[in-house]
Amino acid sequence: MRLVIPLAITFVTGMIMVLHFFVPHQPIKFLGDNLQEWYMIVASAAIFLGALNLMHVHLRKIKLKLKNWKYSPITIIGFLLMLVTGLIYGVTEGKPFDFMFMNLVAPMGATMFSLLAFFVASAAFRAFRASNWRATLLLTAAFIVMLGQVPIGAMIWDKIPLAKVWLMSIPNTAGQRAVMIGAAMGVVSTSLRMIFGIERSYLGGTD
Amino acid sequence: MASIFEKLGNTDRRIIFILIALAVIIPIITHLTFPNPVGAEPSRDMYEYVDAMPSGCNVLLSFDYDPSTMPELQPMAVAIVTHLMNKDINIVGMALWPQGASLGQEVMSSVADSLGKVQYEDWCNLGYKTGGGIMIVRLGSSMSAVFPTDRDNLPWEEIPMLEYISDLSSFDLVISLSAGDPGIPAWVMMAGDRFGVPVGGGCTAVSAPQFYTYLQTGQMVGMLGGLKGAADYETLVGIEGGPAVRGMAPQSVAHLVIMLFIVIGNVAYLSEKKKGGRG
Amino acid sequence: MNWEILGIWLGALVTLCLYSFLYRDNPFYKFAEHLFVGMSAGYWVIYTIENVLKPNWWQQMFPEGGGFNWVWVIPGIFALFMLARIIPKIAGLSRMALGMIIGAGAGLNMVAFFQTNAMAQVKGTILSLSSGGVWDIFSNIVLVVGVVSGLVYFFFSKAHTGIFGKAANVGITILMIAFGASFGYTIMARISLLIGRCQFLLEDWLPTIPRLLGLGG
Repeated sequence: MRLVIPLAITFVTGMIMVLHFFVPHQPIKFLGDNLQEWYMIVASAAIFLGALNLMHVHLRKIKLKLKNWKYSPITIIGFLLMLVTGLIYGVTEGKPFDFMFMNLVAPMGATMFSLLAFFVASAAFRAFRASNWRATLLLTAAFIVMLGQVPIGAMIWDKIPLAKVWLMSIPNTAGQRAVMIGAAMGVVSTSLRMIFGIERSYLGGTD
Repeated sequence: MASIFEKLGNTDRRIIFILIALAVIIPIITHLTFPNPVGAEPSRDMYEYVDAMPSGCNVLLSFDYDPSTMPELQPMAVAIVTHLMNKDINIVGMALWPQGASLGQEVMSSVADSLGKVQYEDWCNLGYKTGGGIMIVRLGSSMSAVFPTDRDNLPWEEIPMLEYISDLSSFDLVISLSAGDPGIPAWVMMAGDRFGVPVGGGCTAVSAPQFYTYLQTGQMVGMLGGLKGAADYETLVGIEGGPAVRGMAPQSVAHLVIMLFIVIGNVAYLSEKKKGGRG
Repeated sequence: MNWEILGIWLGALVTLCLYSFLYRDNPFYKFAEHLFVGMSAGYWVIYTIENVLKPNWWQQMFPEGGGFNWVWVIPGIFALFMLARIIPKIAGLSRMALGMIIGAGAGLNMVAFFQTNAMAQVKGTILSLSSGGVWDIFSNIVLVVGVVSGLVYFFFSKAHTGIFGKAANVGITILMIAFGASFGYTIMARISLLIGRCQFLLEDWLPTIPRLLGLGG
């Protein structure tokens, strides 16, 4: 019973969006347009929820002195630093908020993900094995693409970039398309199940 | 011989890290450069499409990425913005990712300064909005309903270049610089297939292979895939010594080193297998 | 104070802190990691306030010319419902907001994915297998056979035996080539990120050291 209203909301909003696609006229257009604008507001709340949860987790870690709790104040200070400077100075270029983003957040974000370069190399060394003919095919395709992507590939043999373009445009497209169509069918069926209340695990219950 | 390969197979990962670092650092400090020939790549299609657009056209440029993919997408953004501004095409910037709003501002403002373009007349940054695909659908019926103000809270009505922009159909091209979701797929689905606006874009190399399907169907007019795509665009636009073109030499060396790792790893694996070990 | 140099040094400092992880986990890495998480969350909140809530909600509810547009109270209430999740006693209210988000998303995606990622892809696969040069015909055959056999591979409602199994085998072969191509691109992506950081350290940060020491530059 406690799920009736949320399921009804899911059905109504889902149907409005579906009808809005096929019937771009009043009153569906009015309902669809408003729903889309409201959606932005409600989705924003998810960001606040995430931030509040982050603060809750770190405050709890400090309170209970859990593992690595000494670093939690850094997360809280970093959060407050951006929050306060953003609220006081705004997000305009050249202001403290923008300065901290460009010189701290951006370099840290870029570096964090660049660490993957080392791990992907190490993983390739240890795990990329031509253990059967299909794995060898995968490895060959990877080598052609890796060489075809960089200038040195054309220096080794000028046909390598051409082979890469064909490989990407034909076999790769075929494989990606099969995955894409399969996934699209999955999205369509899951969406239908959600709109009609058959799939309700996202609401945290089945009754 | 086999024992050497077995030992190599058990190399400490930190040695691999050092070799990868050197493969990137040495070409940078020695200023090693390679010519970057641009073949029949989707990046050339993208360039030719933009190049054929007359001046005065409007392009919606969406910065759908964050700093984690900045080294790939920021050089693309610089090259595309330079090309658009050189051709006197109006750029309306926006972002589906919060941090894209700041990164886009950085690019548009620095390129505009160097080319003497004026904010709010030649370019503007509408900023970030939540909602991804749903928000794009609303852009299809009203831009100002989604963006009552720009990034810096200047009202829509006070921005001169937006006078004749009403919805997505006011744009001659949408370009999404995309690092994931929401990004190119959302633009292709909503702006392209639903509202009929041509869509092009640039993306991280990780996501590039999946977008070849959109290129083959004509759902995208062109695409820049990863650093190679950025280097291609820099070459085609004529940007001298751009970061992406300079990056292709370390990229070449690093690729060779990783390929060598894979070959050594496989030889070690095969020798172990031959000896009746695992596999 | 030279803000540009300060910015470069701050960027270099946190970059080196994070790279120290390559040796092993250490306090410098943990410091930068925690700082990054906190500052990123702060950034997201501020941009949501400045770029979404202020212009798209608050200023719509209280327009500049005065007055009160009550209809905007509704999304505000739903947004509060979403936040109710953090209070266990009223956490159930968040289902209303979730219902709206999921419903709208499902309604949009159902038609959009079907149109763009299914129908348009099927249409793109209907290719001529007789016109054009030999190479074009060969490529079209590979594309058509690849897509169909790839789909057969993903069809698990029928056992992969007989002709069906053979088609699935062709499908997995095509998928292997596609995954190989993806792997090649992934390597490029990761190395590109490293190149970006190395360019920053070697070309932006290192030259500031002699400048700071008064050694010219």
